[in-house]
Amino acid sequence: MDITQNILLTIMTAATPLLIAAIGELVVERSGVLNLGVEGMMVIGAVCGFAATALSGSPWIGMLAAVAAGAVFSLAFGVLTLSLAANQVATGLSLTLLGLGLSGMIGESFVGSAGVKLGSLHIPVLTDIPLIGRLVFGQDPIFYISLILTGGVAWFLFRTRAGLTLRAVGDNHASAHALGINVLKIRYLAVMFGGACAGLAGAHLSLVYTPQWVENMTAGRGWIALALVVFASWRPWRVLGGAYLFGAVSIGQLHAQALGFGIPSQFLSALPYVATIVVLVIISRDRRLTLMNTPASLGRPFVPDR
Amino acid sequence: MHIELQKRPVPSRLFAVLSPFIALGLTLVAGAILFMALGKNPFDALYSFFIEPLTEIWSLHELTIKAAPLILIAVGLSVCYRSNNWNIGAEGQFIMGGIAGSLVPILMPGFQTWLTLPLMLLLGMAGGAAWGAIPAYLKTRFNTNEILTSLMLVYTAQLFLDWLARGVLRDPNGNNFPGSVRFPAAAELPEIMPSAGGAHYGIVLAIIAAFIAWFMLRYTLNGFEVRVLGANPRAGRFAGFSQKRMTFFAFLLSGGLAGLAGIAEVSGAIGQLRETISPGYGFTAIIVAFLGRLNPLGAIAAGFMLALTYLGGEAAQMTLGVSDKVGRVFQGLLLFFVLGCDTLIHYHVRLVWRKATAAAGGQA
Repeated sequence: MDITQNILLTIMTAATPLLIAAIGELVVERSGVLNLGVEGMMVIGAVCGFAATALSGSPWIGMLAAVAAGAVFSLAFGVLTLSLAANQVATGLSLTLLGLGLSGMIGESFVGSAGVKLGSLHIPVLTDIPLIGRLVFGQDPIFYISLILTGGVAWFLFRTRAGLTLRAVGDNHASAHALGINVLKIRYLAVMFGGACAGLAGAHLSLVYTPQWVENMTAGRGWIALALVVFASWRPWRVLGGAYLFGAVSIGQLHAQALGFGIPSQFLSALPYVATIVVLVIISRDRRLTLMNTPASLGRPFVPDR
Repeated sequence: MHIELQKRPVPSRLFAVLSPFIALGLTLVAGAILFMALGKNPFDALYSFFIEPLTEIWSLHELTIKAAPLILIAVGLSVCYRSNNWNIGAEGQFIMGGIAGSLVPILMPGFQTWLTLPLMLLLGMAGGAAWGAIPAYLKTRFNTNEILTSLMLVYTAQLFLDWLARGVLRDPNGNNFPGSVRFPAAAELPEIMPSAGGAHYGIVLAIIAAFIAWFMLRYTLNGFEVRVLGANPRAGRFAGFSQKRMTFFAFLLSGGLAGLAGIAEVSGAIGQLRETISPGYGFTAIIVAFLGRLNPLGAIAAGFMLALTYLGGEAAQMTLGVSDKVGRVFQGLLLFFVLGCDTLIHYHVRLVWRKATAAAGGQA
């Protein structure tokens, strides 16, 4: 029975970085901005989190550093796409390329050094409840943050005035502007929130999932997070479902590799990427539904007239 | 303080020419700051990064070897991006081209005639085009976002190559090292000047491809279609141009050229199929395409420029002792500045201070 709990735990741990990064990107895209730089911001978060932990000795400081680094790094994207109205697809790509390069440089002296793991919650009695104790009361802090983030974003987007404003900006920036809403300011805030989330997701990788620094350790998770947003039709709770589904796929393939089955390990490793394609195809097949769900101004630059 | 944009009535011709150079200049400034932060003399550092690799014959050959795949891929991507199709999986198409072309010398080692090499190059193109056709098909048939699918196919291709090079295609006499048999001479893309250095005919293929693509874009109906559908899809539809056909064309062309680059790299520079065959050429070529302003001829100059960042990274590591990752940082910075400077072409850019804005009506 404990095996079930262990497997569920590993699935949740694998899903958490995907969930956090995707929730951040969801807010960005709801405001009408497509930031393809998630992978880059995530890897910057991972390396800054690891470096700050190594220098300060505290993984909590590392976590905060990762969040700050992600947000600051996303500002570069913001200046280009919002203030200079540059092409969002290309700028997002360049953010990813720059992030992968910079993180390799920052992290070079940390390769191979032992990391500090962000400790898991432990409440006497409660954590020891059989079957569910560790699932509910014994996980890492970032896991709990990810749930709070999901709930918080769902509440913010659909239950608050500010959330309504953000969605209005994403659906029709010209009208929002005409109503006196500061479109660019809201988009800047959204982009930085997305950056902070991606940074936190990176911190989860280098402080919880595998507490060490390896170059390119995000291994495409930022891109899978982007796919999750589409998969979830821009709805926070569906992102949660999607992230756990992907967590299950990636943990499932790891177990399958351990068991062998005579399938080459490379084929199993490719499974999460192939699954992403399959899921995207299924979800986008209905053109009308996609059009209805996609923020209408997504990816279109906005230049305020005077 | 904030930035205010005002649309130009017509795009500025001056900045269309100047913007890549301004971007290069800004990258150099940023690089100097970066080297200073690393505690190096910025002038020495920039010299050994950007100039030193150009002072010796052998390193010019190295430059050409690295520029060839970058240009080949970027030419295809330029056409693709112009048509508003976002193929960012050229790295995967490069790998699949390398695999498909390598099948000839690996599976038919006895087949060594003048036909061997052309057959390999054709198969390489076909392999890359086939891999590129997948996102095109999914986009046209199921409306699936091509950015994400083409990228996922990169990871898939990398793992597939890893499996081949360690498994079925591994050299049985290779002491269990990954990698195929070494190609016979008939399967190797010849060197241009074997006495002086290793530059192979890949660069010739690249330049020919660039000129053909440039001619196609500028003087043929097909090229006109690319430009119209890219700039204004609605107008293109009214003109009776098919967007689906264009998506296929763009992906088959860019995939085919990436595949050709892949087999040229394997047969010209490496000489066998290994578990990794690309130091990220498919991604760097995206930067090349944008630095060349999505013009196939511009891609030639831009390709050499980016090839220099590969060599500069290695040189900086050897002479300065800084990480060779500096090269990757330069590549990223360059694309950033290129995209930022492109704004100058379409807009008047003004810096506005807070107070002035308040007077103008509190506009953001």
